[in-house]
Amino acid sequence: MMNLATLENDQRRNDSWISVQFQRIHIDLPLLGLLTLLASLGMLVLYSAGDADPNLIVKQVIRLSIAFAAMALFAQIPPALYQRYSIGVWIVTSLLLVAVLLVGSKGGGAQRWLDLGIVKFQPSELMKLTLPLVVAAWLARFPTPPMPKVVLSSLVLIAIPVLLIARQPDLGTSILMASSGLFVLFLSGLSWRWIFSGLGLVAAAAPALWYLMKDYQRQRVLTLLNPEADPFGAGYHIIQSKIAIGSGGLWGKGWLNGTQSHLDFLPERSTDFIFAVLAEEYGLMGVIPLLALYLAIVFRCLYIAAQATNLFNRTVAGSIGLTFFVYVFVNIGMVSGLLPVVGVPLPLVSYGGTSMVTLMAGFGILMSIHTHRKLIAR
Amino acid sequence: MQASSYFFKNRHAEKRLFLGRVLFAVVGVLILSGILITQMVRLQISQHEHYTVRSKDNRIRVLPLPPTRGQILDREGRALAENLPAYRLELIPNQVSDLTTTLAQIEAIVPLTELEKKRFDKAWKRRRGNFEPVPLKFRVNEEELAKVAVHQHRLEGVSISAHLSRHYPYGASTAHVLGYVGRIDQRDLASVEESNYAGTTHFGKTGIELSYEHELHGSVGEQRVETNAAGRKLRVVSSELPLPGQDIQLSLDIAFQQYVEQQLGSRAGSVVAMDPRNGEILAFVSKPSYDPNLFVNGISVADYQRLNTDKKRPLFNRSLKGQYPPGSTIKQLMVLAGLEYGVINRNHSMHCPGFYLLPNSDHRYRDWKRSGHGRTDLDKALVQSCDVYFYDLARNLGIDRIHEYLSQYGLGRKTGIDLQGERSGLLPSRAWKRAKKKEPWYPGETLITGIGQGFMLTTPLQLAHATSLLANRGKGFVPHLQLEAFSTPVMPITITGRDFRAVDDSMRRVTHSRFGTARSLGENHKFRIAGKTGTAQVYALSQNDEDEDAVISDDIPEHLRDHALFVGYAPAENPKISVAVIVEHGGSGGAVAAPLAGNIMQWWLDNGRPSPALNFDTGVPLNSKHHMSPKHAEGVNKP
Repeated sequence: MMNLATLENDQRRNDSWISVQFQRIHIDLPLLGLLTLLASLGMLVLYSAGDADPNLIVKQVIRLSIAFAAMALFAQIPPALYQRYSIGVWIVTSLLLVAVLLVGSKGGGAQRWLDLGIVKFQPSELMKLTLPLVVAAWLARFPTPPMPKVVLSSLVLIAIPVLLIARQPDLGTSILMASSGLFVLFLSGLSWRWIFSGLGLVAAAAPALWYLMKDYQRQRVLTLLNPEADPFGAGYHIIQSKIAIGSGGLWGKGWLNGTQSHLDFLPERSTDFIFAVLAEEYGLMGVIPLLALYLAIVFRCLYIAAQATNLFNRTVAGSIGLTFFVYVFVNIGMVSGLLPVVGVPLPLVSYGGTSMVTLMAGFGILMSIHTHRKLIAR
Repeated sequence: MQASSYFFKNRHAEKRLFLGRVLFAVVGVLILSGILITQMVRLQISQHEHYTVRSKDNRIRVLPLPPTRGQILDREGRALAENLPAYRLELIPNQVSDLTTTLAQIEAIVPLTELEKKRFDKAWKRRRGNFEPVPLKFRVNEEELAKVAVHQHRLEGVSISAHLSRHYPYGASTAHVLGYVGRIDQRDLASVEESNYAGTTHFGKTGIELSYEHELHGSVGEQRVETNAAGRKLRVVSSELPLPGQDIQLSLDIAFQQYVEQQLGSRAGSVVAMDPRNGEILAFVSKPSYDPNLFVNGISVADYQRLNTDKKRPLFNRSLKGQYPPGSTIKQLMVLAGLEYGVINRNHSMHCPGFYLLPNSDHRYRDWKRSGHGRTDLDKALVQSCDVYFYDLARNLGIDRIHEYLSQYGLGRKTGIDLQGERSGLLPSRAWKRAKKKEPWYPGETLITGIGQGFMLTTPLQLAHATSLLANRGKGFVPHLQLEAFSTPVMPITITGRDFRAVDDSMRRVTHSRFGTARSLGENHKFRIAGKTGTAQVYALSQNDEDEDAVISDDIPEHLRDHALFVGYAPAENPKISVAVIVEHGGSGGAVAAPLAGNIMQWWLDNGRPSPALNFDTGVPLNSKHHMSPKHAEGVNKP
């Protein structure tokens, strides 16, 4: 206890006055600063990607405001409440996911939305938040490292929503969700034996997975391996994206001067492929700061996790940070031709709706964990 | 149980385990970030050049700027082939949502022919991209243009493009000289540098348009444009203007050409008029003719059928390709050959009984005058065109010497005029007969060669060229249509002054003596004309048939009647024009072809503005102040 108190004191001494003020309203200033910086940079890129369309920017600003509001809101809720109600939310959300499969509205070949009359609601977004919480809450009830029985039951908690979402089909979201749940397990001290046997199982099941995949998903994998096989069809996205990135070079073509993006060669340039716009216009000298910014955010999350006072808080915070990184890695990997094309946006830069709100809500939970810490400690 | 284990968990061990996992995660994050950075460096630094090129290829498109085709002018500078602005109705595929509706809408405003619809269907199916317009109707007139403009807002994907279209204002009058341009095809492209024809839609198919295709075409320019992914032109990055084609000025006088045409009237035939002093073609008429404008944007099947099946063969260029027996129009050359080889002299005479017999044969070679010409000397033989005299002369010369001498005048060989497709006619020889007919030469064939019958064939152009050479006492130039300051001399022929005067005198008496075959001619013209009539057989009247009396009469159907020929030059003492006239199935050369030739020469001498005479050795104008080296060291007309 003494140790902890000293740590708190050191912490407080290092914190500026303004930081302390933000802590009072449960906002973590460094994280807020980094996120704001990222969102601003994203806006700059989006302005170019959207051909300087003011409407696009206005809409994005509105979305960002909602997202930051959600973050602030979620930061106010004490971690204990998340821990207590996560299982109930998980049950309700899982039922909603079943409902989506039965009565959901279709869009872009997938069934992801529930039409609630006024707004279209995507239960999978809610599940993204819920899943790490529920797994962490479940694990927190047992000693660490978790016993096999606990691990298996956690896997069921993860598998149900992941499979439901994979059926929509939304491979990107289901992968990200599965990893957020697995991160919790990993951080809680899941034994390496479990981890390696799990990885081995996945490797062994890979051929079976191939048969389970839909045709378009297989095509994406094949395209990744050889995009030039069908340069105007399946390979088009990856080829054009790589051309955009590669032609950007070290210093880029300059803001609003990307030919790949502005002459429509680059598809989905304001959404999933926006990273290519940045890489083309700013070059490697724009890519590195962006990556650094993302890493700073991830490390801040991990720092918060390390500072957290109990298993639930730690694993939730760590999982949110690592999942955020997976977003970044999958998106950039896909755009630069390292990974198959899965619909994952570049966090806070891509133009797009609900996922940004979910993401910021997640950071709100992180802030809550960090700023409610002393209350728990006392 | 669960609650107690919760409380007794070792907090420190738990935290240590957690921090270990976080550390592991940090390493993982760093490794994965390293992979991303490595990939970025690979794309943006190592392969930067490669992707820069691909990015450029993506957006920069090179559009050809075709040059404007040169005009073709006559000797007075009048445009014979010009480029007129024309409007074309086009459809842009990506803007047309329903082709049938759009076509119906257009048809309600602008009439479309079946041919246009058929061609459009073809072009639409073969279209390259969805942005390149597909032509629907060429030559949209002002009224249609206005109608389309008014309805433009509801005609989706319809556009009107302005371009230049080849036009031949004199139509049929120039068709056999200029030829025409037509839509370019693969064969055309094979003959030129294809890159220079990017964007060129038309190509010279025949005539001057073909001969001077290279000069008329010019050089292509190019425009580098930036396009978007859909191929739409956004802006011009750079452009290099095309070099327009040269204008080609012809020696032809269009007013003269039209006068000659009018003289021929509705008869089929050919007239070639040249300036013997420089090789310029002054008129080049082949009748009937056709409208070359029909061919420019693709002739309709019906029109082509009509032209192609016409018995009078309007598409056939008689002046260049028509091979006719020259008949008596080569007799003056035969006389010169006889004098040159010493077979006859100017005082030589013989008796003409109306037929000629070869020794040991009873085959009668008949004279056109059945009663015979009686005692006939050189002059009488030419003026009255006595055949028997030439049978005897030919027999004495022999085919080898006839071939040797006549070939000097360019017979049996292409003249080298600047038109393609020229035929070489036929000047028979023993070698030719052996090669082609696998037969020896028979003496009788020599006789009929002597009166320009039998195997012998000449084109009107060859006759005009040979006549020009004679008019200038054996010197002359390669006939040409392009008006040039210099000409290519042909190998001169040695004609002694005495021999020439003898023939020249007789040729003048053909038109001026009261016995001449073209005696009507001399009376009507102020100047003196030297000429020779000819009548070429079409229907082979049996030479042996004693009962055959109808040589030329109205009883014979027109298409079996003889061709009427006349060659000549004027003024005789200083020739400025030489002509060859062939009136197909016209009957007698003296009655039909000669008066026509007289009027033609009269017109030119009254109205023409001839170019200066040229030095026959160098091809340079005689009054040229500058010393010019010969354009061609050697004549092309070597025997």
